[in-house]
Amino acid sequence: MTGGERSIVSVEDLTLRFGERTLWEKLSFELGSGEFLAILGPNGTGKTSLLRILLGILKPNSGRITVRGQSPRCCAAIGYIPQQRVFDRDVPLRARDFVRLGLDGHQWGVSAPSRAKRERIDRALAEVGASDFAEAAIGRLSGGEQQRLRVAQALVSDPAVLMADEPLLSLDLSYQRVITELIDAHRKGFGTPVLFVTHDINPILPVVDRVLYLAPGRWAIGSADEVLTSETLSALYETEVDVLRVRGRVIVVGTPEDHNVHHVHEHERAPY
Amino acid sequence: MFTQLLAQHFVHTALLAGAVVSVICGAIGIFVVTRGASFAVHAISELGFTGAAAALVAGINPVIGMMGGSLSVGLVLGFLSLRGRERDSAIGAVLAFGLGIGILLLSLYQGYATEATNLLFGSIVGVSDGQLRGLAVVALIVAVALATTYRPLLFSSVDPEVAESRGVPLRALSILIFLLIAITTAEAIQVVGVLLVLTLVITPAAAAQRLTGRPGLAMLLSIVIALVSTEGGILLSLEKPWPTSFFIATISFAAYLIARVIDATAPAVARGSGRNKVTTVDTPSAVELSQD
Repeated sequence: MTGGERSIVSVEDLTLRFGERTLWEKLSFELGSGEFLAILGPNGTGKTSLLRILLGILKPNSGRITVRGQSPRCCAAIGYIPQQRVFDRDVPLRARDFVRLGLDGHQWGVSAPSRAKRERIDRALAEVGASDFAEAAIGRLSGGEQQRLRVAQALVSDPAVLMADEPLLSLDLSYQRVITELIDAHRKGFGTPVLFVTHDINPILPVVDRVLYLAPGRWAIGSADEVLTSETLSALYETEVDVLRVRGRVIVVGTPEDHNVHHVHEHERAPY
Repeated sequence: MFTQLLAQHFVHTALLAGAVVSVICGAIGIFVVTRGASFAVHAISELGFTGAAAALVAGINPVIGMMGGSLSVGLVLGFLSLRGRERDSAIGAVLAFGLGIGILLLSLYQGYATEATNLLFGSIVGVSDGQLRGLAVVALIVAVALATTYRPLLFSSVDPEVAESRGVPLRALSILIFLLIAITTAEAIQVVGVLLVLTLVITPAAAAQRLTGRPGLAMLLSIVIALVSTEGGILLSLEKPWPTSFFIATISFAAYLIARVIDATAPAVARGSGRNKVTTVDTPSAVELSQD
């Protein structure tokens, strides 16, 4: 354990290229206990790819990553919350079955239900306020309720790190707030660092510790006040970009893709 | 007449074969339906027919040709692991071509047309003891494979993105499940025929999913519906000399209709006790949180 207690996630000199295109070079950062990192930037700059590298699914061209001092794939100690995607109405899965998949869904063989497992599932359901619909079929719940369950599913295995990829997309404002508060409360209570990919910083601005901004070919990391400035973003984009603060909201004007505007998100992977 | 037939050995063989096939069809059906792979099953089945027709022309056992046809399509579909519309159109294109070849092969075949008819519409009462043993062995393999991979299969079927993040090998499981689907389809063809495979692989699972949100219970109900349909169909065809496949299809469809009616009229009872509370929980908590 080189990083000691401070660093739970360590990313060193990470480089990713897709063919001729370099997404980022020498990307480095460390995440300490309970730290909340927002990953921002336009489409195609490798936000999701960074998460996939950390999950051990995608291999970077070079660089080193450790989660609690170990390589990512070995221990699967990561809770992952994807974008909300509505389940089919008839999926044969109750809310609690869905959460359980986060605990043992990757294990082979038959397993008898155990009390210990049940208690962990109940605890995760309670933590996200889903106890009331624990027995309901997931396909019959609202999108916001389903996303609550995704948070519970990510938390149920007591992960060392939480990763979320646009988890607020297509949720209404009140549910954006609910989900943000749940993630924030968990990282504060358990010291779990959070990597949160988003195209809109505003819903999570109050809880963010640092921002990693990925622009085409460049990146910057620091506090929101350091990174989300006209100077930094203009330098990243090599064009004049204005960052305005209006009523506590950050509005970015002049990027090739203004990310304060809600637009249809371009999926970085195949749709389901 | 009915009781006389019931004492016949071939009827017992048929009932046993029907039971064996129903169990794996009902079980695998749950994965077919959650993956939205109904059309793929149809393709696997029709290309099984092409394989069988090729075997007939070549003078070998059509069941072997059918297995070959189904498995190769299953393998390709599993390996491509396509999703949604892309998969639908790819399957449609391959299926149509395969059927074209099947028709050509049939026209070349000089033997009895009944063999082809049996493949298309099923011939459960013609199952031999040797065939029954074959069906049972294959079914056992499918059941063991399903039991050992159940959770990762379920995970990758309902939520591939998160399953992948947890280290579930999506592609390997996709190949596995399509191979199992292909094997099951080839089994079902021997009971209900190429054209009615869906009646055992899709309908029972679709009905079961309407009745429960519990994954284990859904599979059990699906198996029970498949069993009742097949055994009921065989027994009815002893009483009235109509095609067995017709009775099987009718019973399973009736089960599906009943499940839909139950679901529509009593969703809270049918889908788990939590559903009633859900509607009330949604709005107040949202309002409460947006006020603080």
